[in-house]
Amino acid sequence: MRIRLPRTTSTDHEHGKGDWFEFMLRTSFPFLGVFAALFISAFVLLLLKTNPIVAYGAMLQGAFGSINGLSQSLVKATPLLLVGLGVCIAFKASVINVGGEGQIILGSIAGTWMALTFPDLPKVVLIPACMTAGFLAGAFWGFIPGMLKARFKVNEILSTIMMNSIALQLLNFLLQGPMMDPEGIKAGTFLAQSARLPESAWLARLVPRTMLHSGVYVALAFAVAVYIFLWRTTIGYQIRAVGLNPQASHYSGINVPFNQMLSLTLAGGLSGLAGVIEVMGVHRRILEGLTGGYGFTGIVAALLGSLHPLGVVPASVLFGGLLVGANTMQRAVQIPSALINAILGLIVLFVSGSALWIHQIIKKRKTATMVVSPTKETQA
Amino acid sequence: MKSNRIFVAFLLLAVVASTAFAVGDKEAGATGAAKPLRIAVVMPSATTDLAFSQSMWSALLKIQAEMGGPSKLELKYSENMFNVPDAASALRDYASQGFDIVIGHGSQYGSSIREIAPDFPTTVFAWGTDVNTFGLPNVYAYTAAAEQGGYVNGVLAALLTKTGKIGVTGPVEVGDAKTYIIGFVNGVTATDARITISKTWTGSFSDVALMTAAAKTHIASGAGALTGSSQSVVGSIGAAKEAGNVLWFGTQADQAPLASGLVVASQVYDWTGMIKDIIANQKSGKLGGDAYVLTLANGGLKIAYNPSYTIPAAVKAKAEAAIQAIKSGAIKAMP
Amino acid sequence: MTNIFSFEVLSGVLRTMIALSTPFLFAALGETFSQLSGVVNLGVDGIMLLAGFFAFYAVLLTGNVWLGLLLAMFIGLLMGLIMSLVSVTLKAQQGISGIGLQIFGLGMSSLLFKVLVGTVKTVSGFAPIKIPLLGDIPFFGPILFRNNFLVYAAFLLVPVSWWILEKTTLGLKIKAVGQNPAAADSVGINVNRIRYFSVCLGAILAGVAGAALSISVANLFQDNLTAGQGFIAVALVYFGGWSPIGVLGGALLFSFATSAQLWLQVLGIQVPASLAVMLPYILTIIVLTISVNRGKQPAALNKQFFRGEN
Repeated sequence: MRIRLPRTTSTDHEHGKGDWFEFMLRTSFPFLGVFAALFISAFVLLLLKTNPIVAYGAMLQGAFGSINGLSQSLVKATPLLLVGLGVCIAFKASVINVGGEGQIILGSIAGTWMALTFPDLPKVVLIPACMTAGFLAGAFWGFIPGMLKARFKVNEILSTIMMNSIALQLLNFLLQGPMMDPEGIKAGTFLAQSARLPESAWLARLVPRTMLHSGVYVALAFAVAVYIFLWRTTIGYQIRAVGLNPQASHYSGINVPFNQMLSLTLAGGLSGLAGVIEVMGVHRRILEGLTGGYGFTGIVAALLGSLHPLGVVPASVLFGGLLVGANTMQRAVQIPSALINAILGLIVLFVSGSALWIHQIIKKRKTATMVVSPTKETQA
Repeated sequence: MKSNRIFVAFLLLAVVASTAFAVGDKEAGATGAAKPLRIAVVMPSATTDLAFSQSMWSALLKIQAEMGGPSKLELKYSENMFNVPDAASALRDYASQGFDIVIGHGSQYGSSIREIAPDFPTTVFAWGTDVNTFGLPNVYAYTAAAEQGGYVNGVLAALLTKTGKIGVTGPVEVGDAKTYIIGFVNGVTATDARITISKTWTGSFSDVALMTAAAKTHIASGAGALTGSSQSVVGSIGAAKEAGNVLWFGTQADQAPLASGLVVASQVYDWTGMIKDIIANQKSGKLGGDAYVLTLANGGLKIAYNPSYTIPAAVKAKAEAAIQAIKSGAIKAMP
Repeated sequence: MTNIFSFEVLSGVLRTMIALSTPFLFAALGETFSQLSGVVNLGVDGIMLLAGFFAFYAVLLTGNVWLGLLLAMFIGLLMGLIMSLVSVTLKAQQGISGIGLQIFGLGMSSLLFKVLVGTVKTVSGFAPIKIPLLGDIPFFGPILFRNNFLVYAAFLLVPVSWWILEKTTLGLKIKAVGQNPAAADSVGINVNRIRYFSVCLGAILAGVAGAALSISVANLFQDNLTAGQGFIAVALVYFGGWSPIGVLGGALLFSFATSAQLWLQVLGIQVPASLAVMLPYILTIIVLTISVNRGKQPAALNKQFFRGEN
């Protein structure tokens, strides 16, 4: 079955085999967007009486110029990658998952609960058990908006945003009482954090004196798994078909609402996994502010990776590095940290705004190719 | 394979980027003859939040001015570090840049300090609010007995409210937001048990609009005095100011500038004494191990009366009596 | 304990509801125009933040609330032009470009606040205007007729929006473009121009919503003042089924739930605060689920229009 591609976004990777030019164009444009945003921000830096070259130098140095910086970039890339993979799956089925924050929270709650309830389990059992719990809890939090969309056509952007607020309050509730660290209660400090996880639930640290943990392998494994799932399995094929053309999919017997629900559930699961990995690898307990905005920045990482599971891998490393470098820049030249968000916003605007140019360039080129070799298969 | 191409493309870009920016790769090192003392602080909110982060930053600026400016004391900060891995990375970075004292000004940074401090045995780390130094020789912990000033504010509020009602606007019932309010409620009930206290929690440390609405709700239900904690209480103060006749009792920093006629007093966290102590210890070679608790007795907590609000002498006397009783231990603000 | 069902409590709940609903009304009515023309603007929150900051800053410097309001509208217009350029001319994925706009507004407003103002300061915003006679009606007077200019304007905007959308050619064109841009194009309607207009109108109103927060509700500015209210406003548009009256209902219901949960806490009803704060969000999801407005969704919502290709 051949499904007609919508000519709207830069997201399809169904391009003809060996189309090196188109591939380069699609992957390099997001990075050009990053550079354009940095270029404009340079003027803001100048207004702040800061030398942009020094500032960006510190940024690059901070992100990739040292073992510590590089590790830190990878620490950030891990949740970005997992959340971003979820965003990819959802996007392939034409749904946008903005619920990463809530799903991360649910995943981390479930994983923490598992580790604190069964502290005596051996490491080889406890770690997978925690990850499974986190995945399932996140998946549940993604399933609800998915089900609401499938069954009642409730817009998922809105329901996932609401689910974020609900999850945040749920976490607040748990950290104020049921899950609050007994030591904090005893000391009278009442900190908003749980007890520390047993050591058997800790992910190993990979590089001494850094926070880099083995969760990064899990994230990478899932990137490959998601790629295989989307391109080598029937369900994955159906999800993509739904995204490319819902009507045609429906007529060819694919259950569109079910696939959209499934994709949101999986996206939730991946975000939940990101949450539990943050707990086990970085914090070793659940605490307020744990999500670190990854639920949102993961969307940006997915976008930079052209919404392709394998594209998200370098994109999340680059983007994680950008975030780490931006903080280094803030420390080095002491500019307000808010500038970082302004730059991020510009990046998203530039990258999302470049879709048309890519589309037009590709279209022109294809028309040209068709004239030269009319026999070559081109897609409608 | 596609993945290979992506990887190659990524590498190429990285190389291009590195060469483009390599010019700027000169991190400013320590220069100058007489090396200044260097302190870095990592904070969860902005240095200008008129609350927790500002209390630390203004203490550091004050010490800097006393010591003779940036040539004697170099200060660096990272603000809005609500993301813990970012904060951890900042703490480590400051330590490896050779800062003498690195402060993690947020209770969520504890695990990070615990991990990082052993790697920099000659650097002093301080963190709060907590009392746990993890048994490490180069870690100080600090906290504030917020309930003490809360109690004093409670005494004042009980005596000054004209309606017999007091409203409390809190963020989330944890940490010093919780202990301050426990002390405040105890202060009110010990002074006048007939007063009704109602509490609201907005579920957020930063939702100013909801805090405003919460304060307006208290005012509408007849509260004559309000208090609350977190950086979002500026919303409550705004609501009190708009109402015009509702008193405000502040905590963490001196909040009088926001509504000069209505703020009666603020409990101020004064970290200067503690930091000076840590600086002195650092010079004599003692790098950690102590937990500081700011109290009224040790001068770390101060009640800043607002000069533009005239407190009746009898009321002020009772507040001072409460301060003395807390200092001597006759009154326990949080049993 | 005060009786929950007393007159004073009810009047208090309703007064808070009216105050809280004002920013939602401006932002959501604006978003209704935008969405009816086929463009989802998720950047409302960012527009509110940046415009809210400028409104606050103008009032801080000059003390003139009208200047603040005007500046907020101008900033809204600028942000609307950016959104239109990226989403209409450059055909970006609307959901994503909107998020970009939101992050930009969040960062830029905090940056400017830090650089230009430095610390939290309060201003005197719009003062309440008591409408003669009406304001003296018992019970309803204090709730409805002793508010400030922006509150009246927000509620007046509901019938005005309805009139524009239902009774004018402009309204018809906006809806035509949102339903079937190709058909609208074929009868000579300039699709992009209508979309630019609708998005910018929506953004200007989002700017007013930001001003309503910073110089009417809170009378101050702080980092992330909106705390996500712009996203709620977008939700209210779906909630209201793309009709100004439905949006009014949604805004009032959401504000009522928020106001009621605050009153529950003030009255000392024993519910965990976190669960009380959840209430408005849960309610919104439930109402989104049971309200069957789906038929009215603009058919071309969230879809880019490529002239001569569809």
